[in-house]
Amino acid sequence: MHSFYNFVSGPLAWVAFILFFGGSIYRMVHMLLLVAKKERFIFTYMSWRYSLRSILRWIVPFATVNWRRHPLLTVVTFTFHICLIITPVFLFSHVVLWQEAFGISWWALPDGLADVMTVIVILGAVYFLVRRVTRPEVRFVTSASDFVILAIVAAPFVTGFIAYHQWFSYPLMMSLHVLAGNIMLAAIPFTRLSHMFFAPFTRAYMGSEFGKVRHARDW
Amino acid sequence: MMEPVKKTSVPVVDDGIDVGISRLTEAKIAAVINSVIDAETGARLRTYVETCIHCGLCSEACHYYLSHDNDPHFSPVGKVKQTIWEMLKRKGRVSPEFIRQAVIIAQTQCNLCKRCAQYCPFGIDIAYLISVVRRIIHKLGATPRYIQDTAHSHAVTMNQMWVKGDEWPDTLQWQEEEAQAEIPDLRIPMEKEGADIMYSVIAPEPKFQAQLIYQAAVIMHVAGVNWTMPATMGWDNSDMAMFTGDNEIMGRVKRAHFETAARLKVKKIVMGECGHAFRSVYDMGNRWLGWAMPPFTIVHAIEFYHDLIQAGRIKIAKKYQPAVTLHDPCNVVRGGGLHEKARYVAHALCENVIEMHPNREHNYCCCAGGGVINTGPPFKMTRIEGNRVKAEQLFEAKTKGAEVLIAPCHNCHSGLHDIVHHYEVGLEIKFFGDIIYEVMEKPVGDQEGA
Repeated sequence: MHSFYNFVSGPLAWVAFILFFGGSIYRMVHMLLLVAKKERFIFTYMSWRYSLRSILRWIVPFATVNWRRHPLLTVVTFTFHICLIITPVFLFSHVVLWQEAFGISWWALPDGLADVMTVIVILGAVYFLVRRVTRPEVRFVTSASDFVILAIVAAPFVTGFIAYHQWFSYPLMMSLHVLAGNIMLAAIPFTRLSHMFFAPFTRAYMGSEFGKVRHARDW
Repeated sequence: MMEPVKKTSVPVVDDGIDVGISRLTEAKIAAVINSVIDAETGARLRTYVETCIHCGLCSEACHYYLSHDNDPHFSPVGKVKQTIWEMLKRKGRVSPEFIRQAVIIAQTQCNLCKRCAQYCPFGIDIAYLISVVRRIIHKLGATPRYIQDTAHSHAVTMNQMWVKGDEWPDTLQWQEEEAQAEIPDLRIPMEKEGADIMYSVIAPEPKFQAQLIYQAAVIMHVAGVNWTMPATMGWDNSDMAMFTGDNEIMGRVKRAHFETAARLKVKKIVMGECGHAFRSVYDMGNRWLGWAMPPFTIVHAIEFYHDLIQAGRIKIAKKYQPAVTLHDPCNVVRGGGLHEKARYVAHALCENVIEMHPNREHNYCCCAGGGVINTGPPFKMTRIEGNRVKAEQLFEAKTKGAEVLIAPCHNCHSGLHDIVHHYEVGLEIKFFGDIIYEVMEKPVGDQEGA
C-alpha cells in the first residue's frame, strides 16, 4: 500500500500535472491556430468590451434570463463550481504538500469549511446525476461519457472526504484519493471537462457577435 | 381557443427530399459530410461540439420544444444530437434514411432564430450547427423542393420569385400610376444615379403585394426623400439560398445587390419590412463576399421610419386607434437591435401599444423564418404545430386588449397569419408601413374621390 501511495503521489502525479498543463495549453493553442487557419474572421469580430460584458453577465448568478428561470440549478451550479475549484487549491493538507515538496505555500481554508465545501461538491454531483437521469431533455442528450466525467469529478471529493474522516482504510482511501485527483487533472484537457477553458472563448465570441454586430443582449 | 397538437397522420411527401434521398448511397453521404466538415468548418464546430456539456438548458429557448409539450426531440441540443453529432461520431457514415430525418429537422424544425444562443451558458451557436447540416444537405441534393425552387429562382433571375426582367420596372410603373391617382406628382424614380437612397424590397412585393411598394412610395414622397430603385436585377434583397446552405448563390445574389447600389452611386440601402433579407444583407451575404460589415449602410424599414418620424419628416395626422401589440422579428431585433426603435415607431403611430411577453430579444419566433415557410405546403403544419406557444403568447396580448398585431417582417407576417388563423387568435396583422400610410399627413390629391 505504501509503495502504491508513493507511486500515485510521485511519478503518477507528475504525469497528471504534465498532462493537465501541457494538454490544456496544447488544446487552447490548437484551437487558436485552427481559428487562424480556417476561420480567421472570428478575430475580426472579437471585442474585449463585449466579450467581458457577456462573460461577466453569465458568471453572476441570476444575472441572465436563463439563470433566473432555473433558480435551484443556478444555486447548485455556482456553489458546485466555486467549491470544486477553491477547495483543492486552498485545502490545508494540499498547501502542506506544496510546502513540503517545493517550499511554496499560501493561505489555506479552515478544515471545517473545506469539509463543508467538499460535501457541497458531492451533493452538487448527485444533483447533476439526478437531473441527468430524471429530466427528459437532459436524458435525451446524455451519453455514457456524461456519467464518466461526472464520476471523474466526484471521485476525488468522495475519496478525500472519506479519507479525511478516516473511515475504512485510511491508507487505501488516501491512495485512491490521490489517484482520483490525478485522473481528474489529466482528464480535464481531453474530455468535455475542457469547458473549463473553452467556455470563456465561446461565450466571448457570442458576446462579441451580439454586442458588435447584432446590437442585442445575449443573456 | 387552443387546439391540442395533432400528430400529422399523413407522412410528409416532398419530392425534393424523397428524390434526393433516393439517389444517395452511404459512400456518397460520407464523402460529402466529410468534405464539408474538413474543408468548410474549423474551430467553431469542433469547440462547440466538444464544449457542450449536454445540460439541456437551451431547451426552453425553443418554440418547437415548448409547443410540443417539452418533447426533447425538439430541443435545440436534441436537434443537434439527431444531426451533426451523429454525423461526426460516425465519421459521416450515416444512412440515407438518417439524412431524410436530418433534412426534416434542419430545414423544417429550426428557424435559425438564435434564441437558444441566448439561453446556452456557453453561448454555443446552435443555429450555426444547424446551418452546417443544411450545407451538407444542399451538397447532397436533398433540400426540400419548394425552397430549392426558390433558390433556383435566385440563381436564374437574381430574385426569389421568378420575376422576369421586364415585369419588375413594369410593376414599379404600375404602382407609380396607381399612386399618382392619389398624389399626382408622386414618382417612383428608377435608375436615378446619385440618389441618397436605394430602396430595395423582396420579390414577393412586386409579385403579389405591390401595394407595399405603393405605400413606400407615398412615404418617400411625403418625407421628401431623394430615393431610387434600380430597373435592373439586383433590386431584390431576399435570399433563400442563404437558408438552403447554397452559399455560392447567396454570394452571387448579394454581389448583384451591392453592385447595383454602387452603380447607382447611392449613399445607403434602405430596405422594406423584411427580416431574413436584413440578415442576408447585413450579416451573412457580406461576410461570404469578404466584407466584415456591409459595404453600404443598411437601413431597415424600422430604423428608416424611426428616423423620419423623429426628424418630423413624416407627421401623424391622427394616431391609429385600435390597440396594437408588437412582434419583434428575430433577424432585426436579436440580429440587429432595432427593438427600441420599433417601440418608438409603434408609440408614435398608435394610441395604445400593448406589450406581448416575452418581448424584445426574448420574443418567440414566428416559426416561418429561417426558410421554414419556404419549404411550402408539405410543412405548413410543422410550422403551426411547432408554434402553439406563439398563439398562447398572442392570445395573452389579446386578452389585454390588443386588436392588431404589428409584424415588421414578411416571413413573420405570413407565419403569424397562419398561427392566428389556425388557433383562432383573432388579431389583424399589419406592417408598420400599412399603419404609417393610414395615419400620416398626406397632400390632398386633385383626383381624390374621383
